[in-house]
Amino acid sequence: MSLPNPADEGITFDTFMEGVWRQNPVFVMVLGMCPVMAVTVSAINGISMGIATTFVLTCSCFLVSLLRKLVPKEVRIATYIVIIATFVTLVDYLIQAGSLALYEALGAFIQLIVVNCIILGRAEAHASRNPPLKAVVNALGMGLGFTIGLFALGGTREILGAGKLFGISLFGEHFQPWVVMVLPPGGFFVLGGWLLLFALFRGKAAEGGHTHGA
Amino acid sequence: MSEPVIHKTTPANKMVLTMGLVATICGVLIVGAFEGTQAPIAENKRIMVERAVFKVLPGAATVREYAATATGIQPLTGAMPEGGVKFYAAYDQAGVLKGIAAEGAAKGYSDTVRVLYGYDVQCQCIIGMGVVSMRETPGIGDKIITDQAFLKNFEALDVRVNTEMTALANAVKTVKHGTKTNPWQIDAIAGATITSKAVGRGINESAQKLLPKLVPHIAELKP
Repeated sequence: MSLPNPADEGITFDTFMEGVWRQNPVFVMVLGMCPVMAVTVSAINGISMGIATTFVLTCSCFLVSLLRKLVPKEVRIATYIVIIATFVTLVDYLIQAGSLALYEALGAFIQLIVVNCIILGRAEAHASRNPPLKAVVNALGMGLGFTIGLFALGGTREILGAGKLFGISLFGEHFQPWVVMVLPPGGFFVLGGWLLLFALFRGKAAEGGHTHGA
Repeated sequence: MSEPVIHKTTPANKMVLTMGLVATICGVLIVGAFEGTQAPIAENKRIMVERAVFKVLPGAATVREYAATATGIQPLTGAMPEGGVKFYAAYDQAGVLKGIAAEGAAKGYSDTVRVLYGYDVQCQCIIGMGVVSMRETPGIGDKIITDQAFLKNFEALDVRVNTEMTALANAVKTVKHGTKTNPWQIDAIAGATITSKAVGRGINESAQKLLPKLVPHIAELKP
């Protein structure tokens, strides 16, 4: 852990916005693509998955940060995984208690949050080097960025593939749904479109500054 | 990751202690969440079953779980008896038996399609079908819950038991779209034959197991 430590910088708006914009997990880092592709057949699924991941991310980053001085580096990954798996189990129970229909819709992808690389990545790269509050703020930003990404994909796929948004029909009877958009290939098409758009926005915002593919 | 050459290893007991501490914290959290959510989850499952049963047996107001075994039928409390088949008996407001609901499952296009069907005692036929869970292709296989012509198959699907009470008089069978001639056949959805067949197979397998055990004892269900 001899990398330059940004811990002293304190919490700024950037700590939060990092995950939403500069290092957005979906659009910039292209991390955790398994649930991104699989569950985003509707806007509500995307948002629910995003919230579940944010919960796991925030709680595990908090605990990892709290224990950061205690955990020996040799066993840190094992410890992080145990912590992440705990919060995934928690969120699993909570979703079942909240809505079984949603639980069925998200299926195995709730349990698979445990192997989502955003969470382990954040625990290792940020939470283990920063105080709890900062880790939580950063995790919330990352979670929000991930949720926005999932919603963008889920919303687009639901509109194109089913003619609906949040289950509400948008175009009336005569709309012929573009079914491929809710099938797996549609996930790639829509993701590609969004990556392109986001890269354009970022390119404009940075005014020819650094751009890098993920 | 290229770490500096000087390796300072942590003593094993510290590692074990840390992992032990973390595991304890996590264990407490999980047990807490499990205890806290057990009741709402059970309640949610009950509501889900009730809703599904009411959908396939319109007019029902209460549901009771039973198990049909080779020797008779009994209320299902706790574990399923050996060789038993689970079913739901649905009663209306006045306590009159509205019908029987049971679950069937068969492999569909992408995963198992689990269906719930409602059985009417008088006409000895299936009067409703709903999907419990499926992962069929949106827009194609999932038409089994929206296609009105397909759902019409389950308004009076013949599942009479033969006179020896060993099996159904006629096995429920899904036939190609537009070729249904008998009341025990299911007219498949054109373009979603595999999913339609899964529904037919699921119902047939379940009804073949359940109804021969249930029909001779059906009077016991009437209050």
